[in-house]
Amino acid sequence: MIWRYILKRIIWMIPFMFAVSVVAFLLIQAPPGDYLTTYIAKLGESNELLDQASIDNLRARFGLDQPLYVQYFKWVANLLQGDFGMSFEWRQPVSDLVWERMGLTLCLSFATLLFTWAVAFPIGVYSAVHKYSIGDYIATTIGFIGLATPNFLLALILMYIGVVHFGTDVGGLFSPEYQNAPWSAAKVWNLIEHLWLPVIVLGTSATASLIRIMRANLLDELNKPYVDTARAKGLSEFALIMKYPVRVALNPFISTIGWVLPNLVSGAVVTAIVLSLPTAGPLMLQALLSQDMYLAGAFVLLLSSLTVIGMLISDILLVLLDPRVRYE
Amino acid sequence: MSDTTTNTTPEDDPHSAAVPAESHLHDAPAIDPDKAPDKVAIASQWQLTWWAFKRHRLAVFALWIIGLLYLVSIFAEFVAPDDPTKQNRRAVYHPPQMIHLIDRTDEGIRIRPYVWKMDRQRDPASLAVSYVKSEEKIYLTLFGRGADYKFWGLWETDRHLFATQDPREKFFIFGADRLGRDMFSRILYGTRISMSIGLVGVAISLVLGITLGGLSGYYGGRVDAVIQRMIEFVLSLPTIPIWLALAASLPPDWPIYQQYFVITLIVSLVGWTELGRVVRGRFLAMKNDDFVIAARLDGASEGRIIFRHMLPSLSSHIIASLTLAIPLMILAETGLSFLGLGLQPPAISWGVLLKEAQNIISISQAPWLFIPGGFVVVAVLAFNFLGDGMRDAADPYGH
Amino acid sequence: MATDMQPILQIQDLNLGFSMRQGVFDVLHGISFDLHRGKTTCVVGESGSGKSVTARTILNMVPPPGKINGGRILFNPDGTEIDLTALDPRGPAIRQIRGGRIAMIFQEPMSSLSPVHTIGSQIIEAIRLHRDVSKKEARDLAIEVLKQVEIPNPDKAVDRYAFEFSGGMRQRAMIAMALSCRPDVLIADEPTTALDVTTQAEILDLMKNLQTELGMAIMFITHDMGVVAEIADEVVVMEKGHVVEQGDIHQIFEAPQHPYTQKLLNAVRRLEEPAAAKVRPAGDSGNILRVENLQLRFEKKEGFFQRVTDVTKAVDGVSFDLKQGEALGIVGESGSGKTTVGRCIARVYDPNAGVIDYAGRDLIAANKNQLRDTRKQIRMIFQDPFASLNPRMTVKQIIAEPLIVNGIAKGQELEDRVAKLLTEVGLDPGMMERYPHAFSGGQRQRIVVARAIALEPRLVIADEPTSALDVSIRTQVLDLLLKLQAEMGLSFIFISHDMAVIRYFCDRVAVMYRGKIVEIGETEEIITNPQHPYTKALLSSVPIPDPKLRGTRQRHRYVTET
Repeated sequence: MIWRYILKRIIWMIPFMFAVSVVAFLLIQAPPGDYLTTYIAKLGESNELLDQASIDNLRARFGLDQPLYVQYFKWVANLLQGDFGMSFEWRQPVSDLVWERMGLTLCLSFATLLFTWAVAFPIGVYSAVHKYSIGDYIATTIGFIGLATPNFLLALILMYIGVVHFGTDVGGLFSPEYQNAPWSAAKVWNLIEHLWLPVIVLGTSATASLIRIMRANLLDELNKPYVDTARAKGLSEFALIMKYPVRVALNPFISTIGWVLPNLVSGAVVTAIVLSLPTAGPLMLQALLSQDMYLAGAFVLLLSSLTVIGMLISDILLVLLDPRVRYE
Repeated sequence: MSDTTTNTTPEDDPHSAAVPAESHLHDAPAIDPDKAPDKVAIASQWQLTWWAFKRHRLAVFALWIIGLLYLVSIFAEFVAPDDPTKQNRRAVYHPPQMIHLIDRTDEGIRIRPYVWKMDRQRDPASLAVSYVKSEEKIYLTLFGRGADYKFWGLWETDRHLFATQDPREKFFIFGADRLGRDMFSRILYGTRISMSIGLVGVAISLVLGITLGGLSGYYGGRVDAVIQRMIEFVLSLPTIPIWLALAASLPPDWPIYQQYFVITLIVSLVGWTELGRVVRGRFLAMKNDDFVIAARLDGASEGRIIFRHMLPSLSSHIIASLTLAIPLMILAETGLSFLGLGLQPPAISWGVLLKEAQNIISISQAPWLFIPGGFVVVAVLAFNFLGDGMRDAADPYGH
Repeated sequence: MATDMQPILQIQDLNLGFSMRQGVFDVLHGISFDLHRGKTTCVVGESGSGKSVTARTILNMVPPPGKINGGRILFNPDGTEIDLTALDPRGPAIRQIRGGRIAMIFQEPMSSLSPVHTIGSQIIEAIRLHRDVSKKEARDLAIEVLKQVEIPNPDKAVDRYAFEFSGGMRQRAMIAMALSCRPDVLIADEPTTALDVTTQAEILDLMKNLQTELGMAIMFITHDMGVVAEIADEVVVMEKGHVVEQGDIHQIFEAPQHPYTQKLLNAVRRLEEPAAAKVRPAGDSGNILRVENLQLRFEKKEGFFQRVTDVTKAVDGVSFDLKQGEALGIVGESGSGKTTVGRCIARVYDPNAGVIDYAGRDLIAANKNQLRDTRKQIRMIFQDPFASLNPRMTVKQIIAEPLIVNGIAKGQELEDRVAKLLTEVGLDPGMMERYPHAFSGGQRQRIVVARAIALEPRLVIADEPTSALDVSIRTQVLDLLLKLQAEMGLSFIFISHDMAVIRYFCDRVAVMYRGKIVEIGETEEIITNPQHPYTKALLSSVPIPDPKLRGTRQRHRYVTET
């Protein structure tokens, strides 16, 4: 029953991913001109000129002279074999460039997700159970401000405080000595030491909205008759709230992972640029600006898949958690 | 006060399961109990909504803030003391000056606004520039003369809401940027663009959302299935990478209004899905409501059913959702412009202004470059409070 | 009667207030009554009388703004008195009593059980809270109580979720949970209100049997005098937070003292026979409506390709005639398809097959214009007067809507007609500028009636027009409909689950069961001499508001042969 559902859900992802790949391809094709135009313009700035023959030559080599749909199918065909194409700008296979950065992006997003839940869950429950108490007001106010502050502004402010008051640069994910070092236990620890700031920056707004969601859901559930039933059984107040309404309110909370993950991935792009993190964001921005289409395309595609996977996870969790969904 | 009683006794009907047990206790709408009953009896939807809204103090306060911000953006040229693009090499990173109201002079105490003039000094060794408060006062006046401008592009004038008494002097409430431009004036002009992008973006979202959501909800079946999949798809795309890609495809040399329009369009791509879902859900639910069926049996046409019977029930919810969508758009524009992918200078928006703060060296030297960020936060907060208040008040008849 | 026995629970001068911004509103005004071991005390009253709050107060579970501000509740299970109101509402002492000594069951069997826990785990939890047993033993005990409440296959049912059960089964599970710790007192808050009448009869039987077996005291809250007559030993009548009368069941039914008790009893007794003011259709009047082999299937469609995954035959070949000026009742339980038949005739739904012949025109084949035309003559009254009036329109706009869209009247003439209609249904025309929120349930139903008769129809489909109303208002609305029938020569299709209302109002009745009419005929004929086994079961389940007749009739059970 459950496995059939999960299988069905995974099969659904195929047309979905296809659509995502079309959108990604169209997006990277959207700018007028192509990489060569940008490249030639760049060369022109430094007074180097290319003759028409070598331009045509280059164009043919990159396959830019073929019709769009051919380029697209070639791209997809290669993708299916794990080949993301060549980066024009870096003159390197795209796959060499993206994986470490995607890995760090995933790591950052996942850490933020955990942080978000760990903070939002207890506060949301507290806020609902102690509705209109001082603690509720404080949580609500902080939540609102967290929601209203753009990530990059928060990052800037924290950086400003770091530089002006502590004299340290809080950007990056590694200390300089580990930047290009091979992976080791020490490097991982260094990463963890640096991770907290981007996690807070990234997690604030998601935490704020999750608190509000949890509070609202739980407030709905707290007045349901089954809570009275449990109370009439003689359960203690804490046990009954945790076992019944919280358990039910958890379902919509879990299903938020579907949009929290895309949001985090999105937010991570901007935050990473401000905090100069070696994640997907900055490189993708650069690739977009220089029309390095395969590199940019790979990022758009991979980031989109992350969100699709996030929705898949939330759907599966929901089925596991809620017998009502299973029953249907 | 029946709506707070828990003693609910639904009538003896086993078929009323669909009817919430408490429904008959919501006899009286949620309004001030001290309102005269007759007034309540003939109060329309909007009146009840307004009464309910007025009880949310914070939302009312937010409404004032938003009104003020829009007022300022409408009269930006007049309120701004200076031309926002005018550079001033002698005022690079000029710090903010406090406006003092009570003037203590030898002649006695008078109420007369002034700022302390600041003298520019250059450290002989490091060549760093700093500003030091002098003993000289610069007096301000209401409706004084300042930079020339064309009000709403219609008529030329040099009157400003307030200006220095001596037109040669300058003052900087929010300081100046790296080109010595007056931050206060720049923020006011930025307010105009940032706040209006929210409105225009929401208008575009509204058209998209209502059309698709309405179609989906009213026709149901296959139309609904297709539109739903589409909305799901759009929702699952990570917005910022997509925006970046879209925005990166804009030629940077486009004129401002063209940039403005396209950025608004990009930004509104987020808003419509949520709105579409709200509208669809409400339409679907309401289509089978007894009062809608009653209208159909009365002989009302489809158009009359939708516009006379269904839309009035939806409108307050739609307005609330719109209000909650505006801050998302403001944040989106700010983020894009901040990354250099949105509006380009010389256009001024809060995001463009914040781009100046991107550099850690400039903000450590001139922290007042953060001020536009404060405006973003205040505006977004105000819209959220307002939207929340409106959503709570939107259905004065209980659920 | 064992009057010498010490009451197990005494409520003394209980006062309960809800603190509001404007001050404290009392919802219970010094009420007193006792519960006795082995006896059933019924607390009766209409909505808002404070009976449910009383029940919660006994367990010291007063909902938030409420506060006990006077009186005591003495609980005496074994010779030592405990004042329940003095206990800390969150403390261990009261928790020991809740579920252990005093158990409670609630009205909504669906929402009263957790949707995400199995029935078994909820019962096991209750057992282990009060008894020192292992998980395994608790599970065996849970299966045992499930068996006791006659749930089939208890060892399987224990691992099922609430939503996998029907309403009646859920309520049995609730009872099992409440009884799992052998409480001294069982409080049942309208436990059968949300159930069909045949299921109600079964649950009432079950509770009676269990009480004899376990000897507990039952406090049974209800608004239905019929149910009271079936099960009560003692009766407490409540009105607006006061106990207005209490006493022995026979005393209350034979010699009610308080006018409110008399009113409640009269309301149900009047429904024991056909209305005196009923105008019978003329013997030679022709048919206004002929329904033949009406069928409607509901198809559940799913997914992108809208595949049909489930088909329900809501109406499965229904045929009947309706004479000019006649009132035909359609009676049946939830899911029998009676409402769907009504809505098919009004063409809210599009039937899949059959003929609806209205005055010579087939409504199923009718085009848009013809339909528009007949809808002026066939009008509908809805069940829930809160849902069927648009809260955003004034009463005048609501009643005028059919007159406007059909181009019948406008301006001053329109206003005069609305005023006249309001007078006809017994409302003050001066109130036409008001919005529906300013009216009570009964008044709203009158507005619905005014809208229905605005176009001077010939046929009215009334879908449970009185079931959302309190008993005392029910007969008023029925009498209004009877008056209009006499004045305007209306024909009625009257849909109801309530045999008493049908008997009061209808000339003939059709009994529906699972989409089919199982029996149709003169109302009195069917009531006195039912032929179909389902009709027998239905009629034998209807509670009779006379305690003297208790146990004199044989209960029929109808089990379908599918």
